[in-house]
This record gives sequence, structure tokens and C-alpha cells, in this order.
Amino acid sequence: MSFPWAQQYKPTTEFGQWMDDRLPVGRLIYNSLGAGYPTPRNLNYMWNFGSLAGLFLVIQIVTGIILAMHYAANANIAFDSVEHIMRDVNSGWMIRYAHANGASFFFIAIYLHIGRGLYYGSYKAPREMIWLLGVVIYLLAMATAFMGYVLPWGQMSFWGAKVITGLFEAIPLVGKPIQELLLGGFAPDNAALNRFFSLHYLLPFVIAGVIIMHIWALHIPGSNNPTGVSVKGKQDTVPFHPFYTAKDGWFVGLALIFFTAMLFFMPNALGHADNYIPANPLSTPAHIVPEWYFWPWYAILRAFTFDFFFVPAKLLGVLAMFSAILVWFFLPWLDRSPVRSGDYRPRFKKFFWFGLVPCIVILGICGGAPAEEPYVMLSQLASAYYFAHFLIVLPLLSRIEKPAPLPNSITEAVIGKPLQQAS
Amino acid sequence: MVRFFGILIGLFFAGMMVYSFGRGAVEYVSNPPVKAVEYQFHEKPKEVSFASDGPFGKFDNQQLQRGFQVYKEVCAACHGLRLVAFRNLSDLGYSEDEVKAIAANWPIETPDIDPNTGEASTRPSIPADKFPKPFANNVAAAAANNNAIPPDLSLITKARGGGAPYIYSLLTGYAEVPAKLPEANRPGSGLHYNPYFANLNIAMAPPITADGQVTYSDETEATLSQMAEDVSAFLIWTAEPSLIKQKQTGWAVLAFLLIATILAFLSYKSIWADVKSEKKKKDA
Amino acid sequence: MASIDTAVESGDPAVSEPEIGGVRRRDFINIAAVSFAGVGVVATVFPLVNQMNPSADVLALSSIEVDISGIESGQAIKTSWRKQPIFIRNLTAPEIEAANKVDISGLRDPETLADRTQPGKENWLITLGVCTHLGCVPLGAAQGEVKGEYDGYFCPCHGSHYDTAGRTRKGPAPTNLEVPEYSFLSDTVVKIG
Repeated sequence: MSFPWAQQYKPTTEFGQWMDDRLPVGRLIYNSLGAGYPTPRNLNYMWNFGSLAGLFLVIQIVTGIILAMHYAANANIAFDSVEHIMRDVNSGWMIRYAHANGASFFFIAIYLHIGRGLYYGSYKAPREMIWLLGVVIYLLAMATAFMGYVLPWGQMSFWGAKVITGLFEAIPLVGKPIQELLLGGFAPDNAALNRFFSLHYLLPFVIAGVIIMHIWALHIPGSNNPTGVSVKGKQDTVPFHPFYTAKDGWFVGLALIFFTAMLFFMPNALGHADNYIPANPLSTPAHIVPEWYFWPWYAILRAFTFDFFFVPAKLLGVLAMFSAILVWFFLPWLDRSPVRSGDYRPRFKKFFWFGLVPCIVILGICGGAPAEEPYVMLSQLASAYYFAHFLIVLPLLSRIEKPAPLPNSITEAVIGKPLQQAS
Repeated sequence: MVRFFGILIGLFFAGMMVYSFGRGAVEYVSNPPVKAVEYQFHEKPKEVSFASDGPFGKFDNQQLQRGFQVYKEVCAACHGLRLVAFRNLSDLGYSEDEVKAIAANWPIETPDIDPNTGEASTRPSIPADKFPKPFANNVAAAAANNNAIPPDLSLITKARGGGAPYIYSLLTGYAEVPAKLPEANRPGSGLHYNPYFANLNIAMAPPITADGQVTYSDETEATLSQMAEDVSAFLIWTAEPSLIKQKQTGWAVLAFLLIATILAFLSYKSIWADVKSEKKKKDA
Repeated sequence: MASIDTAVESGDPAVSEPEIGGVRRRDFINIAAVSFAGVGVVATVFPLVNQMNPSADVLALSSIEVDISGIESGQAIKTSWRKQPIFIRNLTAPEIEAANKVDISGLRDPETLADRTQPGKENWLITLGVCTHLGCVPLGAAQGEVKGEYDGYFCPCHGSHYDTAGRTRKGPAPTNLEVPEYSFLSDTVVKIG
């Protein structure tokens, strides 16, 4: 253990002792989520979204396995099998709406979780691996969500699949063959639907596996905290259980209130009306947009309207879209400021709140809007800032910024008084 | 090294974006985009409320039955309801025998196979059957309807952005062609002007044309807007038969979660009380 | 430093809370919160399991109406009910007689033909076409099929013989062919289920 003061697991029963000598599951839980895991005492509510995302992943897996009991991955009957779930299966509507809205809530949690990492510098040493694994989880989640959206085989499913796989077509020379390989045909059809179903079922378990590594990596240095100052001793931490289990617990209740309000009273608010029309390869909906959690990336994709010498705009858009996410993989090495928390970085804070956040919001709005002015121009400006923020502002900022004085320790920040220099 | 290349890539992408923005902006100013004609004449769905609206809404079964009657007498000849089964009609308050009679007497029979010859044939429907489709397939539907396929109505209120108010508006929205409408946007042969329809010209002829077109059995006056409202309400039900159950379940779940969350919050407060009180003590 | 140490130590309930005796308020709240969470989980599990029960469209077909006007005396038809075969047999007078002659005290599953048919309709033998041994479909309903030693049904899987009342007479079948719940809606229409 990296914390010498962590409480030690002591089996309380004879059976517990017996198990501990053979398969120490109890010890594992105790040391990772229980009293044996010292956690900074000053975490704010932004630290709640990791466990929340985990909860929604569980909800997705449970409801998804159930839906798969009734869903039929065949282009002829997929749409009707979903309606069968909605109309005839006992509580089927509840399970399907939980799954549909659960995806959105998973992404809400994940975005706030990522945003917290960006602001508080949770990607910096010694937590680079946690961050990298997190980006992998996010990429897998996007792939899973995209393929899941294809399964109902409505108009948006079909045209979403067509447009997204069409992105691969932009790759020079091998684009077309890759697209055909992905689809198992020339346009989305039964082959594509079946493989998307298979992978949609598989990937969440891969995500769960990467999450285990993500948490494993987290337990080496322990959690970051709002000051960004490393834990110095026992006085800086509290045991994860009961302190953070209680905090996570009530926050989960709060999140579930929002989730169920959505599920039971406005279940289709985040969906598209067109997806209640069965897929029709001969007629495109007037306005194709992905689900809201893809909007910022979709806006970047569409922002490229001009060729760059011999590079066509379409390829540029695809490159930019992928780069926009891939840049996160380099973030720990782009931002070299030794100070983690944005609270103590006066300039970074301004760029974050007045640059990056509004830029992502604008990209989101533009991505969901039709491809017309002024949205295209706005998304071009926002995309420019997006790339500038990660690739130009952050690397240069760490050189010129003068950080605010850091507290000597977490405890000092909490108590609000400088500590007497200890004996 | 990472930062060096990062800055180069960043400059490239940001530069491309600013360049694109510049060219787009010049284009926008010098050659401002013209709103399509559809936008000038298109109208938003009318404000109309239904008994099932809102978190406490309930279906008005009388209205749903009237709406079903309108569907049966006006819409059913062209528009299917393929995801709804006759047995579902018992939700509207019909008895088992009434449902059986409705199914058996439905003007379109359910396709089947002749048990003796194996040829395709039809038979009267039973409650377990879905509403039979008015056309065997899309080709037949298009051929019979001037190349426009009448959409299935099972999910129509969920499959159109405007929902039930859109259906209501469409049914009551047929109008004279405005004099200012450009020639290119005027309805061609077999089309009808309707400002609520996306491209203004809809293939469906006005289905409800006169008051009293349907004779209601419950004394409600069958005005044009009443019929349109009733059938729209009916189509809310066909699209989401469990709508009311969803809301009722929702309230129970929310009430439970609220209490559970308050308890969990108090529990959290009590567990943290000592850590927090230490902070206060220090502050004092 | 020492003061901080005690501060945090007292944050640990195990160490800090003096045992005053009796149920303390905060314990009660913790128990109530955890109990509520438990109830919530159980309540959530119910629909998650209940979804596996037969869905509404399956239940809608749990009762069917069969037109029996075309079945001549001595003939039988095989129809499907709840995805299982149903035998509807119009018994001839000799078959009825043969069934009634049997001394039921010697049968493995003693039932008279009257027990297995409806009063006034003794010629209509309606049974599940599912062998009570291991669920195969017995032969004998269609014309030309083997009817077994007792002229009723014969199950080829393990050699069970049924008589003209569908009763098990020979072979491993432990009980008679099951008679489903049914009623005559009219002389020619029977409702099964």
C-alpha cells in the first residue's frame, strides 16, 4: 500500500479469516473501496461523478442484457422487436427507456468527470496512466453508444450508421474498402446490424475491464484533490468508507431522481422523432444529427468547409474530429505546469472558464443545429479555440504563468489556517 | 518534443479554422443566404392540449373511443396501425366481446394461408391479431396513392417532431394557396397546400372536410376540430399505450427516491459531522 | 501537528463516538438509509425479473377458438395451442364403447372417458399432443399413423401406448394425455384455454 497509515483489514469472523487465507476478496474490497483506502478529506462534489458513471454503466449493462433477451438483431424485425419490448414485454418500456436515457446520463457523468480532471489537473504526474485509461474508456463508450443507437433500426439509426461509417471513406486509397469491411456491404444492412449488436454487447465488458485498470491505477497515488497538493500524511485523509461511501451514496440518490424524472416523464426528450420511423435506405431524414453527446465532435467534423491544397475538406474534418479527442492522450505532456489545481492557476482558470467551457458549449449547440449559418461560422471559431487551447495555450501557459501560493497541505487548506511548523 | 509538434498541429488546425471562418464570413456578407420559401410560409403546430399532457395527465377513454371511430371511418382505408393489436383496444374501455366484434368486423382481413390449398388468403381477425395493413406492401401503397405512401400511424405522434399537436394542425390546417407563394412551391397535381407540412405540399387530400363527417355515439358534436383532436388523442395512445402507467410509476419512484435520498443525506451529514466540526472548531 | 491528529482521529466514528448506550440517533439514520437502499434494490429487481414472464402478445394467444365442424366421426386434427400440439378427436361409437368397457381400477392413471370429456360431448376427445413421459408428440392423430396397441395414440420415442380415451396403457408414460381446459362456445366452435 502506498499509504502506511491505511487501516488494516482484520477479518472479524472465523469464516472471514478462512477466506482471507485463500481468496482475499474481502481484503480487496476493504483496501479499494472500504476503510482501508485513505482518501483526501477535502474532495468536493466534482469527485462524485466517477462512481456515478460506474453506476450508470451497471444500469446500462443490466438493462442491456435484459433488452437482448427480447431484441432481434435482424434488419427485417429489429424495429418491430423494439416495439414489442415497448408494448408487450412486462415493464419492457421501463427497461428500454432506462437504457436509452441511461446512456445519456452515463455521458453526463463522464463529461463532468473529465471536466473535473481537466480543471484540477488530475491528468498530471503521477496520474498520467489513470487519465490515459480514462480516455480509452471514453473512446470505447463512444463506440458502444454509437453502435447501440443503430440497433433499433429506425431512420436515425440507419443514417447515423451510414454517415459515421462514411467517415472512413475519407481515408485516401483504403477508405472505401475499409467502409465496406466495417459494414459487410455497401450500405448498412443486416450484416452491419448483426455485428454492431455483437460488438455493442461485448464492448461494455471491455469498458468494465478498463475501468478496473483505471481504478487500480488510481489506487497507486490515490485521488487528486481540489488543492492539487499531494497527501502528506494521515491528517490529510479520511477512510473511503464510511466517509466517501456515504457521500457517494446520497449523491447517487440525487442523480437517480433526475434520471427517473427523465425516464418516466420525458423519456424521448433526448431522442429523435425520426428514429420512430423504420429505417428506409431510400429516404434521408431532413436533419441528421447524432445523439447529443457527440455534438461537439460532430461540429468539428462539419467545420471544415475548404480543401487544404490536395487534402479534401472531408478528410480534414475527419482528421480534426479524431485529433480533437486524441489530443487528450498527449495532455499530460502538453501541460507542464507543476501546479495541478486550476484554483491556483489564475490565467489557466480564465482560459478554462472563458475559453474552453464556452467553446465546448458552442460546439455542442452547433453540432446539434442544422448545417447552416451562423452555426458553421460559430463552430469554426470554437474549433479554432479548441485546438488552440490544448495545443498552443496550455504548452505556453505553463511557461509564463505565475501560480498563486499553494497551501502547504490539504489539512491547512481545509482548516483555513497555516499550520504551525510541526516539531 | 510533444509540445513542439503539438503547437505546430494546433497552429495548423486553428489556422485552417480561422481561414475557413474568414472565407465563410466573406461569403456570408457578400452573398447572404436566402431562407428557403418553405421557411416563410411554414407554420409551427397550433397550441392544443390533450388530457394525457403533463405529469398528472390521464387518457380520456371517451375521447380515445371517439378518436378510434374517426381512425376507423376516416383514416383506416389508407393508414395502417400495424404495431397495435385489436386486443389493445380493451385499454380504451371496450369489453372483451366488443373487441372481438371489432376485430371480426374490421373491413380489412388478416392475411393467412388457406389451410386446404396453401394459397395466400385472408380470414377475419381475432383480438390477438395486429391491425391488418391496408396495403400489402409499399409498392402497392404507392401505386394506389399517386406515388405517395401513406405512413403507418402506430407511432406517428412520436415519429413527428411536433407530436400530437402537429397531427391536429395538419388535419385542420389545409388552406387556400397564398397568392404570394412562388410558382415553384405551388402544389402540383395531386398535392394539397398545407402550411403545417414540411414542404407545404402534402399528397393526402383533406381527410376531414365537414362537421358531422363521423357520427359520434356519445352526443359529442363532431366538429372538424373535435374530430381532429379526438383522432390525435387516439394516436397518442397508439404510440405510447403505457403513457399513463409511466407517469404513475414515475411518481411512486420519485417519492421513494426522495425519501431515500433525504435519509442518505442525513446519514452523510452525521458521518461527516466530526470531521466538519473540527474545521469549525479551528475557525473559531 | 498533534492537535490535527486528534482532530482526524475523532473523525473516525469507531474511535470518536463514545458508547453512551442505547440506540443513538445517527446509528438509526444510517440503518434507515441503508435499509431504504436495500428496499429500493429489491423493488428494482422485481420488474427486471418479471420481464421474463410471458409477454402480452404471448398471453393473448393463450386461448384459441377452433372450428371443429369439419372433423368427421373417426377423424382427428392436430392444431397448435400455446406452441404445443393439441389433438381433437371425434370418437366413433365403437371407440367410445371400447373406452367405456375398460375397468379403470386396473389402470395406471384411473379415469373414465366421461372424466376426460364434457357431458353430452363424449365423442370429442381433446388432449394435449404431448406424451406424458418425456414430451414427444404421439402418433395417431393423422390418418395412416400408427395408433398403437390400444387404437388410440402411440408415442414412438419410448413406446408408450394410449387407448381411445387417451389413457396410458402400456409403456413408460406415467399419466394419461393431459386434457386442457376447454369449453364449447357452440356445437362447432370449441375454445381451448
